[in-house]
Amino acid sequence: MSADLQPASGRRFLGARQEGRLSYWRRLDWILFGSALLLSAGSSVFVWSASRSDLAGDDPQYFLYRHLINIGIGIVLAFVISRLDYRLLRAYTPVIYGLAIIGILLVYTPLGTTIAGARAWVKIPGGFTLQPSEFAKVAIVLILALILAEKRDAESEPRDRDVLLALGLAAIPIGLVLLQNDTGTVLIMCTIVVAMVAVSGARTRWVAGLLVGGATAAIVAWQLGFVKDYQIARLTSFVNPEEAATTAAYNATQARIAIGSGGMWGEGLFQGPQTQGNFVPVNESDFIFTVIGEEAGFVGAAITIALLSILLWRGMRIALGSTELFGRLVAAGVVAWLAFQMFENIGMALGIMPITGVPLPFVSYGGTSMFASWIALGLLENVRIHEQS
Amino acid sequence: MSEKSNVRLIVLGVLIVSLVGTLMARLFYLQLVAGDEYRAQAASNSTREVIAPAVRGLILDQRGRPLVANRTSLVVSVDRAALLREEDDGVAVLARLAETLGVTATSIEQRLMPCGSEGAPPLPVCWDGSPYQPVPVAKDVDTVTALTIMERRTEFPGVSAQVEAVREYPGPFDANLAHVLGYVGPVTQEQLDAQGDSTDPARLRSRDLVGRNGLEAQYDAELRGIPGITTLAVDQAGRVTGTLAESQAVAGNYVVTSIDAHLQDVVEGALDDAVQRSREAGEIADSGAAVVVDVTNGEILAMASYPTYDPQLWVGGITTEDYEKLLETKALSSNFIQGTYPPGSTYKVVTTVAAAREGYDLYDTYDCPGDYKVGSQRFRNFESSGFGPISLTRALEVSCNTVFYRIADEMWLKSGGLYAPNGAPDPLADTADEFLLGKRTGIDLPNEAAGLVSGRDEKLMVWEQRRDGWCSDAKEGFSEVRKENPRLADYYTALAKENCLDGFRWRNGDAINASIGQGDTSITPLQVAMAYSAIANGGTVYQPRVAKAILSSKGEVVTEFTPVVRGTVEAPPGTFEFLRTALAGVTTDGTGKIPFEGFPLDQVSIASKTGSAQVFGAESTTAWYASFAPADNPRYAVVMMVTQAGTGSLTVGPSVRTIYEALFGVVNGVVDPAQSVLIGGVPSTSLPVVKPDGTPVMPESEVAPTISPPISSTTASGAGP
Repeated sequence: MSADLQPASGRRFLGARQEGRLSYWRRLDWILFGSALLLSAGSSVFVWSASRSDLAGDDPQYFLYRHLINIGIGIVLAFVISRLDYRLLRAYTPVIYGLAIIGILLVYTPLGTTIAGARAWVKIPGGFTLQPSEFAKVAIVLILALILAEKRDAESEPRDRDVLLALGLAAIPIGLVLLQNDTGTVLIMCTIVVAMVAVSGARTRWVAGLLVGGATAAIVAWQLGFVKDYQIARLTSFVNPEEAATTAAYNATQARIAIGSGGMWGEGLFQGPQTQGNFVPVNESDFIFTVIGEEAGFVGAAITIALLSILLWRGMRIALGSTELFGRLVAAGVVAWLAFQMFENIGMALGIMPITGVPLPFVSYGGTSMFASWIALGLLENVRIHEQS
Repeated sequence: MSEKSNVRLIVLGVLIVSLVGTLMARLFYLQLVAGDEYRAQAASNSTREVIAPAVRGLILDQRGRPLVANRTSLVVSVDRAALLREEDDGVAVLARLAETLGVTATSIEQRLMPCGSEGAPPLPVCWDGSPYQPVPVAKDVDTVTALTIMERRTEFPGVSAQVEAVREYPGPFDANLAHVLGYVGPVTQEQLDAQGDSTDPARLRSRDLVGRNGLEAQYDAELRGIPGITTLAVDQAGRVTGTLAESQAVAGNYVVTSIDAHLQDVVEGALDDAVQRSREAGEIADSGAAVVVDVTNGEILAMASYPTYDPQLWVGGITTEDYEKLLETKALSSNFIQGTYPPGSTYKVVTTVAAAREGYDLYDTYDCPGDYKVGSQRFRNFESSGFGPISLTRALEVSCNTVFYRIADEMWLKSGGLYAPNGAPDPLADTADEFLLGKRTGIDLPNEAAGLVSGRDEKLMVWEQRRDGWCSDAKEGFSEVRKENPRLADYYTALAKENCLDGFRWRNGDAINASIGQGDTSITPLQVAMAYSAIANGGTVYQPRVAKAILSSKGEVVTEFTPVVRGTVEAPPGTFEFLRTALAGVTTDGTGKIPFEGFPLDQVSIASKTGSAQVFGAESTTAWYASFAPADNPRYAVVMMVTQAGTGSLTVGPSVRTIYEALFGVVNGVVDPAQSVLIGGVPSTSLPVVKPDGTPVMPESEVAPTISPPISSTTASGAGP
């Protein structure tokens, strides 16, 4: 907490900013930024390959251009977030949290729209759609970090009251997203919560309780029929995709055929029959990994996983190196988020995870996800810069 | 920072490492271990073959007249996959289609059902082709209907109207020839399975038609051709995204036969007349066959089987009713090669050759009593009464059985009699063996029967097969029969006992029956024709053949078949000359005289032999008339038979005369080769000409039937919307 007390007045802050302009760039984790940039840049060709034929007769580069614009906006967002004052971030956390809740609620207004069985999108002017639950992940990371790191010594564990408050605040967006049938995002949010409570140093019974409670909740939901049939179909089709004749099973089978046929070096860009024939659905977005697997082969897919791993490793390093609990919790939350989302997305393409429709961070086509990924990166950079100052 | 937090962060890190490890392991498995399998799946996912069927080759007669051709037919097909994409599973589309075609929607639905699925009708109505292939639901649709369907694509999704080639039978001179030509039908699953994983472009595919009988089956590989294959890349919705490979269809080869359509028509008519003549005399006359063969090379000039059917029935799939009718009338049986009958007195020529080989003087005098006694058994003269001492020629002319009984009995005794050792000679059977009777002739038609010639070896073989049954029957004593009729059971038991003990013994009664083509001897009309050919040509047994040559669809000769000699009959010099003269006497002064009264035998002498063979269980005898001509310089052998028809002379003879009149051009008792049904009075010595465009050149003055040349009628059909 001592580091947190150090920042001086606004004037001194401005002065530090003046003389620290070079040092900001020096303090930035370039390996972290570089791996994310490589992922996004590389993703462009695969998004292009996957989407070229989607608008027959229209501009084949339509999705590519939008993807590049999204990446650009994402990078700008990352820099803005990374340069935000730490205290400012903490101060704005309740606001961000509130805005996220409102965003999710907007889905239930006429602005909301349903895509792929999940009512999780909001139409905004200009023909764009946003997925507020993506931003809600950011909000959960920040609000949990704020509550669990509040008013105590870094050596002591969070009070039960704080843990309860944190869980209560996290439950609101999680519950709302659950109502939108966005199972994948709920799983990621729950992972964030468990990871952050654990890293906060909360008593072991909290961590154990959350794990047991989560499992129980899943079983009860299943038994009581709260989970809709199509959700079960999605979740179980990966077990034996060849046998289940559902759309979900079809998707899983086609995804596996696409990746499997890539071999070592892949079919070559624009050459994958599965990709070019649109056999795999939403392959520019949720199933982008099938495009990489088919057209760039094992080499391309392994490089993708490696870049994501580097990113996670740098994030973990920032968390470990953080002397402040708030920063550590933010970094740990982001790492857990990105790690689980990566596993969920790639695992689904490889047929070892349920089909839950979550995008691959930094790679999948889709504005909100791309923005959220870069905001997450901005948060990691922010913690690092703060720790080094 | 608390230790607890550090530890938990490290645990989180370890968990993440294990997640990444899991992903990498799975990736490694999918891409590098199971990659080939998935690549194959991807390939089958994303390519479609469009098959342009090859036009099946024509079958021509010896003058180039098309016996089987192709015509184009507008075929309406339904793509089941496209129908299922409709909201109501295509119910509305089918209803509209049924109305347009003027049929019921149910009948179309039944055609679309895959065989074996729930509620599917039996073959051939249900669909047993590939699920990706459009199912033909209507053939010979008129142009207006086809255009209606093609122009209103949105109302008929998945329905297409295409021009396809189907088999046509131009029937020159009204020749039917159903049994020789055969027919085509859908390829069977067995045939497809037998090919394994063949990638030969000419391989059979699930929608192919293949020859199922006759020449269509025998020369299927030649007639079929090679389909044109376009391999298309398609996307998930089936839209074509590119062409990967393309090959042109190669039309099937033509089969040129030695059949003369004009003669064939005469032979079919003559056979029909024989049946009618016999029926007018109160006989059943349920089946028959006729063969005309060139004795100098074994070429079949005409061949007919009664009852026959319209080969057109098979075009586009036979209906259940028609098929059942064909089965009921046994019209599908090619009696000339599939029916085996006791040859009766026509077999006496074989006995004569055997006698000559055993040293009998063909010009000696032989006694012809009314019957011939062997122990307590009396063998009667069937066709004639006693004639006293007569020449062997006369014995053949009047068909005196007892002369041949005596010869057979003597030969039997000489070769060892009842206790002849194994491998002892059997003069009559050995001679039949040299005529290659009781063996498949090897004609180029499928499913030929071998028949059977009775003899000592044959009897031993049968006994070895049936001994156990006979012996157990003898032991058991026919208890079932005994309840009803003890005397009959006693008789059966005694018979079984005798057969069990020495049923292998070739008795003189057996030899006597064999000498006049009775007993167990049962052979095909074609075998009789080939034996008479051998007598006519001096002992050469040819392999009968229908096809003369295989031509390409552009007219090039691919294969020209040459006569195949299967064997020669060894006989003392003068034996065949004797028979030729003696058999000519049958026609002038013997049992064959009546039908040939008024025929200019002085200009063309006919060598013939009648036969009336007894068949166990038949109402009356099988009427035979075996012949060749000219007797002094033989060219043709003509054999005709009708079952349960009475005597050969009266029922079949006049029909054989009709055939000879047509062959030699006999008009008002005068031979005029110009009047022969064969152009120039003889079989064609050259192959017919097929133009490079595939059109066969017809004889002058004959009008060519309108047949579609093979190249222009090639139409693509296959998968894809």
